[in-house]
Amino acid sequence: MMQDYFLSAFSDPAMRKALVACLALSFSFAPIGMILIFRRMSLVGDSLSHAILPGTALGYVSAGVMSIGLMMLGGMITGLLVVFFSTLVTRNTNQKEDTSFATFYVISTAIGILLISMKGGDEEVVHMLFGEVDAIDAKTLLLVMAIVSFSMVTMAIIYRPLIIECFDPVFMRATGFRGGLYHHLFLSLAVLNLVAGFRALGTLMAMGLMLLPVASARFWANNIGPILVISVIIAIFSCTLGLIISHHMHLPPGAAIVLIAGGFYLVSLSFGNNDSLRKKWLKPRHLRG
Amino acid sequence: MAPSLVGNRLMVVTLKNLTVAYDGHPAIHHLNGVFAGGSLTAIIGPNGAGKSTLIKALAGLTQPSEGMIDRGDLQAGEIAYLPQIHELDKSFAISILDLVMMGCIEKAGMFQGFGPDMIAAAENALATVGLEGFADRALNTLSAGQFQRALFARTIIQDAKLILLDEPFNAVDGKTVGDLLNIIRGWHQQGKTVIAVLHDMRQVRENFPEALLLARQCIGWGNTDKVLTEANMAKAMSMSENWDEEAAICEVSTA
Repeated sequence: MMQDYFLSAFSDPAMRKALVACLALSFSFAPIGMILIFRRMSLVGDSLSHAILPGTALGYVSAGVMSIGLMMLGGMITGLLVVFFSTLVTRNTNQKEDTSFATFYVISTAIGILLISMKGGDEEVVHMLFGEVDAIDAKTLLLVMAIVSFSMVTMAIIYRPLIIECFDPVFMRATGFRGGLYHHLFLSLAVLNLVAGFRALGTLMAMGLMLLPVASARFWANNIGPILVISVIIAIFSCTLGLIISHHMHLPPGAAIVLIAGGFYLVSLSFGNNDSLRKKWLKPRHLRG
Repeated sequence: MAPSLVGNRLMVVTLKNLTVAYDGHPAIHHLNGVFAGGSLTAIIGPNGAGKSTLIKALAGLTQPSEGMIDRGDLQAGEIAYLPQIHELDKSFAISILDLVMMGCIEKAGMFQGFGPDMIAAAENALATVGLEGFADRALNTLSAGQFQRALFARTIIQDAKLILLDEPFNAVDGKTVGDLLNIIRGWHQQGKTVIAVLHDMRQVRENFPEALLLARQCIGWGNTDKVLTEANMAKAMSMSENWDEEAAICEVSTA
């Protein structure tokens, strides 16, 4: 009975494709979300997810139909444009990164809303923002897998400079390495991944799957390796459970997945063994030394 | 002392009419002088005197508004800069060994693996600073003093020719200060050039042969006993901390 509830959700081929796409994203989202959190850029990441909206809308408006290629391309271009202008302002003025990202993403989002309202119906808007399982066809799945593979390989290559740039950017500069280069490469990867996630999860919800598992894992582990492993596991469970629930209850998949991840976060926040509320409020007996 | 390095002209760092300004207002004003190769110098002065600014400029982190720093034959990779600890995030999720191994990137580069010899060197450095067995501990389990020791271990690994320390004894207890001073003395004996921003006059008198007394401009530079006179100290302390909003453009020539 219970088994049936879980398995029947994936009797639909579209659901199976959505599951594979989300599981793949679980792997590349973890390291990217981790760097965003380490750099205190969680909200910058959030603004990136808004930044891709006008591009996807433009792709949609110009193609007339939900053309996945055009929408992804558009999303990537506007996302990268926002990254470019924001870092330009941050590097050349005293305004902080969060402010410059916020200014450019609201402009970007406003353009996106105008474009969608010119063309689409309400349903399309909802799908764009919150994702749509049926949209994951074989071509989209291939694209998602390609982006995930590319990101993971690239992250593995630039892992060391990226972590050092995160922790001690001044050290990078003082030793003569170009930390900014790796940071930009990373931001581009973040945009690429949000674009990959937007069809299944929606532009707004993709960020949730990027940040919540890592934020949860931080309550269980104190080192990058374990944090990544735990994040991926939480993301995989969130995707699978979220998709099953969204299938049976006819909910938007992105929202269902993010809510499950949110549940994991609340549990971790309360009961984690590192810095959690349990540790704070129920003071454990101290050790001898 | 290693005579081949002491007095080696190629290691000399020369300040030529150096001015570093923030928003036009000078934090360091027309500074001229020489850090000899192998010298051990303390930079002292009141708050806002430009001590950290000078250290950052020496490390190449701040650009001069006028004048220049001649680093001789020193390459960027031969300069180690130790920041004030509050500039770093102690809750960052890496281990102590990870932190110390950062000192190897000059040798290993950004993409090569770390050899067992490098890891052994890092563990040795940890033992030198009194953090033996701490390698796998998380950064956020360290006290401020232990964190400063770990940063010193990273600097040891960097094996730089010019070592720049920005207030290395902040938030550090007396015993740690003694241990870290020993390490600095060791660097001096190896012929490295060491420049440190410090506050404690007694510490400077007892451990640093040379001193640079700064109050935006140079009040005194040279033999510590000759620089830290009462007259000089009074002169440095009389420096106005605030700048003059109406200040005219400085006309001192680039002699």
